[in-house]
Amino acid sequence: MKKIGNQSYSFDSPPTIVDCASIVGPKEAQGPLSKYFDLCIEDEFWGEKTWEKAESKIIKETVNTVIAKSGIPSAQIDCCFAGDLLNQCISSSFGLRELSIPFFGVFGACSAFVESMSLAAICTEAFAENTLCATSSHFCSAEKQFRFPLELGNQRPQSSQWTVTGAGSAILSKNGTGPYITMITPGKIVDMGIKDGNNMGAAMAPAFCDTLTTHFLDTGRNPSYYDAIISGDLGYVGKEIVLDIMSSKGYNIKSNYNDCGILIFDKLKQDTHSGGSGCGCCASVFSGYLFKELRARKMKKLLLIATGALMNSTSSQQGESIPGIAHAISIEI
Amino acid sequence: MNPLESKQTYQQYVDKKSPNSPIIKNCFNAFWVGGLICTIGQIISNICKERGFDIATSSTIVSIILIGISAFLTGLNLFNKIGKFAGAGSLIPITGFANSIVSPAMEYKSEGYVMGVGGKMFTVAGPVLVFGISASILVGIIYMIFATESITLV
Amino acid sequence: MDINWSNVFDIMSLVKCFVVGGLICIIGQILIDKTKLTPARILVIFVTTGAILGGLGIYQYLVDFAGAGATVPLTGFGYNLAKGAIEGVKQAGLVGAFTGGVKAAAGGIAAAIFFGYLASLISKPKMKKQ
Repeated sequence: MKKIGNQSYSFDSPPTIVDCASIVGPKEAQGPLSKYFDLCIEDEFWGEKTWEKAESKIIKETVNTVIAKSGIPSAQIDCCFAGDLLNQCISSSFGLRELSIPFFGVFGACSAFVESMSLAAICTEAFAENTLCATSSHFCSAEKQFRFPLELGNQRPQSSQWTVTGAGSAILSKNGTGPYITMITPGKIVDMGIKDGNNMGAAMAPAFCDTLTTHFLDTGRNPSYYDAIISGDLGYVGKEIVLDIMSSKGYNIKSNYNDCGILIFDKLKQDTHSGGSGCGCCASVFSGYLFKELRARKMKKLLLIATGALMNSTSSQQGESIPGIAHAISIEI
Repeated sequence: MNPLESKQTYQQYVDKKSPNSPIIKNCFNAFWVGGLICTIGQIISNICKERGFDIATSSTIVSIILIGISAFLTGLNLFNKIGKFAGAGSLIPITGFANSIVSPAMEYKSEGYVMGVGGKMFTVAGPVLVFGISASILVGIIYMIFATESITLV
Repeated sequence: MDINWSNVFDIMSLVKCFVVGGLICIIGQILIDKTKLTPARILVIFVTTGAILGGLGIYQYLVDFAGAGATVPLTGFGYNLAKGAIEGVKQAGLVGAFTGGVKAAAGGIAAAIFFGYLASLISKPKMKKQ
């Protein structure tokens, strides 16, 4: 691997994303991307007794699906990186406890999918033949942990987002014919003082812009180099902010920038306010839709930047602001 | 114009940029749903007075009936739809208090009845009881100091 | 059972009740939409305001005017607590300050707890649709 500029790294032998799998919940199944997911479950419990168990089942089945699709037996997968939103990431650890693959749990809030892909890619370059990454989120378990009981009759503000119920998983390999992960730009934590937990897009947008600008400066690339620059879950509110900030820095990304949280739901029909969010948002939209676009060569160069809000309920109750983080990977065929 | 110049400029920029709730529509819905709930309470109270109950008992009966109805609607997964529509119209009457106790009770059932239901039932409504009861005790003590020279301490 | 239904449905008293109750809810709605206060904080503000206004004797005028329009909102719950504490002091001195409020609200608190427990026994939270 080589260091490029201040904060970016390129691969000497770029790992191939062999295959991906995604499983989503009923609300996502009614959204515009429904036909791209491997499986849409009918209700949020999926036969389990609690939301947390359901989320574990979703990530477990997603991983089983991607292993089956890739044709690589799990004994040949050298390690896996997985994470989710729940306290101590129990969803991924419990879901994948029978996997028998060396396990690295990661927490990056909603940036976890790209964080785990970055780490898996580094391992693949360094020593591994094949690596696995997976992340999940579940609307009900996230609301229970971060916000309010489901039956509470409260109103959500227009800037709030809807945590996606879903998981995405990818297998990376030293051998393969692409799509390749060619570069990563890990992000720094950026905190611009936003305290409003109902406006995550605004809290995370500065981190996104910081990583994206650093990526451009390090690599010398322009926005037009990429067919698409896609963020994880900034939502409609975050997208507006990003376009303003990036143009004030001299970058016009209006024509090829979009967001997984905007793509996954139909704003008008599904009343999801500012869009989808959660680790499962970026994971399922990439593993379902974007990966298929890359494979079909409809998209040749993708910059995927997942954003996360590094807070918990204690920090917000203590009056703390919300630090954001964004990790970028460049995927080319 | 760089919104990221400082935390203050960014906060001001975000406040301007954030979409507003449809406040006129929300206030209208809050008004008529809240008014309707209070009117139902008034009708129940009138019936109780006709039956001969005194004011204090009538208002307790009204509370219990409205709380029972809220609990029932919460249990049927209907109250959150009403709340989404009416906002303060269902939150401010005693129905909001009841919903804020019943909803965590249902949610935390997965953690068991003692620690889950029993322990977490007051996560939303607890402050109401703490501050309401404490305020009433203070009111009582202040009343005692200022308004009752003739009453002995015990 | 002689219920004088024209007393029960006395239009004037119901209209006053409807309007006052609705206006109190509008104040709450403005707090929801214009501030970042959570539902719990808004309820605390309302119950404490009701207790203070009840203690000062001001809220009594609203109750006399609008009946349930003033007692059903959570300000009325606070008023009820404060009024109960004052009654308690009149009857039993300092001890009454502690017992009076909770006594007055006992029915409501007990009902909420009991029905909450019942509901948890019988139902299961379902997914929010919006």
